[in-house]
Amino acid sequence: MSDTTGGLLTIAALIILLAAVHKPFGDYMAHVFTSAKHWRVEKRIYRVLGVNADSEQSARSYTVSVLGFSLISIVVLFLILVGQKALPFDRGLPGMPWDMSLNTAVSFVTNTNWQSYSGESTLGFAAQAGGLVIQNFLSAAVGIAVAIALVRGFVRSRSGELGNFWVDLVRGTIRILLPLSFVAAILLVSQGVIQNFGDHTVHALTGGTQVIPGGPVASQESIKELGTNGGGFFNGNSSHPFENGTPFSNLIELFLLLVIPVSLTRTLGTMVGSRKQGYAILGAMTFMFGAALAVVTWAEAGMHSQAAQLAGGSMEGKETQFGSWASSLFATATTGTSTGAINSAHDSLSPTGGGTVLVNMMLGEVAPGGVGAGIYGILVMAVVTVFIAGLMVGRTPEILGKKIGTKEMTYVALYTLSVPAIILVGIGLAIALHGTPGYMNNPGSHGFSEVVYAFTSAANNNGSAFAGITVTSHFFQISLAAAMLLGRFIPIALVLGLAGSLAKQGKVPVTAGTLPTHTPLFASLLVGVILLVTGLTFFPALALGPLAEALS
Amino acid sequence: MPRNSFSSDFLRQSFVGLKLLVVMTVLLGVAYPAVVWGVGQVTWNGNANGQIVSAGSKDVGSKSIGQNFTVKDNQWFHSRPSAAGDGYDGLASAASNLGPSNPVLLKLITQRQKEISTVEGVPVSAIPADAVTASASGLDPYISPDYAALQVKRVAEKRGLSESVVRKLVTDNTYGRQLGFLGEPKVNVLELNLALARE
Repeated sequence: MSDTTGGLLTIAALIILLAAVHKPFGDYMAHVFTSAKHWRVEKRIYRVLGVNADSEQSARSYTVSVLGFSLISIVVLFLILVGQKALPFDRGLPGMPWDMSLNTAVSFVTNTNWQSYSGESTLGFAAQAGGLVIQNFLSAAVGIAVAIALVRGFVRSRSGELGNFWVDLVRGTIRILLPLSFVAAILLVSQGVIQNFGDHTVHALTGGTQVIPGGPVASQESIKELGTNGGGFFNGNSSHPFENGTPFSNLIELFLLLVIPVSLTRTLGTMVGSRKQGYAILGAMTFMFGAALAVVTWAEAGMHSQAAQLAGGSMEGKETQFGSWASSLFATATTGTSTGAINSAHDSLSPTGGGTVLVNMMLGEVAPGGVGAGIYGILVMAVVTVFIAGLMVGRTPEILGKKIGTKEMTYVALYTLSVPAIILVGIGLAIALHGTPGYMNNPGSHGFSEVVYAFTSAANNNGSAFAGITVTSHFFQISLAAAMLLGRFIPIALVLGLAGSLAKQGKVPVTAGTLPTHTPLFASLLVGVILLVTGLTFFPALALGPLAEALS
Repeated sequence: MPRNSFSSDFLRQSFVGLKLLVVMTVLLGVAYPAVVWGVGQVTWNGNANGQIVSAGSKDVGSKSIGQNFTVKDNQWFHSRPSAAGDGYDGLASAASNLGPSNPVLLKLITQRQKEISTVEGVPVSAIPADAVTASASGLDPYISPDYAALQVKRVAEKRGLSESVVRKLVTDNTYGRQLGFLGEPKVNVLELNLALARE
């Protein structure tokens, strides 16, 4: 069997797996967030929290809960990281410096998992399993909760309420993330992902010793992918044999990082009572994902960089067992979702391949996006699309029975502008500083790309990197933490504002003049709008970075 | 209902959040990894503990983690170049992160090609890409079957074994695509060298 056949079959296997589960799983998620029944363990948790689980919240109140919970999460995680020496299984390691702790706490609470540290030499097992993993679950559950609140905004009519944040958060964690993570963790162990509590020193064949690192890796690895978090237990992330032992575990991890974002399109369709709407959104996502995958695979499987031409293959920064095809698939999936896990070194991808994964993030990570963040991101772009279409025919735009007026468009316009603004201001600041070239690992346009990638990844809450760049200076720790924080919570606040405003409206009846939003035509228009907005925003930065490198 | 001030709402919600974090730390931070550990130890004990391999009474490595068999140790099959510490440092997994047009990387590749060409006595054009490039983890336990085949002649000579014996060892430690289609064919270098040491 050739590499090409194997690669295509791997993609086919992934598609079949996702196609098989997205309906039942998407409907299950819809049930989780619409059921009136509480599980017994959930009731017990609500009693501890002092929350009335049957009450609902306004948009303002829901937003305050999201922000209040996230702030306390950052504070607690910061304290755990700074003070890890006091925890068990600390491996004799000191606490993290304050700026690295701040960056890491923000990173994990915002579902970014940008890592300015390397796990195996910096963190004990308690800080990883008891600090970072908690946020791998909860930040993902926050993303799903916000997406569900937006969907409720479309569904509800003349209502001031979007649901109960604490109920959504607890249900998302206990009914969706925890059971799936558990099963996946055991499957990963079967493929050589470790789960133990001690490093092990061995005597190498050629003399000397080698430390075989240990840790509760499988339990972290499964939620790292499932929650589109991406923060590796080890510096090598999913390229490390103990995080991703075989091509089969690689397939499991790919499935995990795509399954919730893909299935949420079904959840959307089911909740709004138009399954076709879910398919239209999924169609747009699939098209963008497929296009990116085709370009990255073409760039990596062939000889499309100076290094590849010289070496006879694009293997720098790739594992032997994954090769070009499985590495390209992973790179596309991790940037199309907001995961940021890597099984190859993105910094060493060809200019076209690396440029494409960068663009994948710049699209706002909507193909298919992070858990929750993908679906609310693309719904916002769908609103932009009906607005533009409405302008063309001179009608008030509407979508899913809701009119898009000035108030809604204000939220949407601010959403569309906020993340690009954070990215471009961050890049500008970094480049203006004289010290920045000294932190780059590569000269010329590729070094510039490292800075562009860093801020794009942080503000979009991805977390992958052109990792050669040194980001441990105060400037990078703090500016990237700010980019992650603003890039997460400004869009969330705007989405919840939009949801509240939509929920207050009544439903407008569908007439002959209504633009249907569940058709292939609309899906194509949606893709066009996303590409247009991204292209206009980021073309200059791309021209100076990957484009210049590819053409030189 | 009177509207509370933003800051008092915010603090109250943060306090609810703090209680939730305590509950979730017990559930997700303690119980969850402990149960995965328990099940892992019962079902796939060897995997969960890192697939440690021993020779005689000594633990000599992990099947999953590559070891530093460099171009200078000529009685062994060589592993790929590594950017993990000084090479295959188990506590410092890392890629080179050198860009595809970086002169430093291009120089490294050329230099490695020259070394391998001399050591194995083959032209540069015969050397596969994995032999001259560093992996993403820096701990890649595998090399391509092509690179292993290239080394058979030299290893056989240095060890005074026949080429067919060494070639058979390579075949025994070669893995095809998983389930017939997943991933690339590969040779586990540590396993191969352990088999070699037993000959």
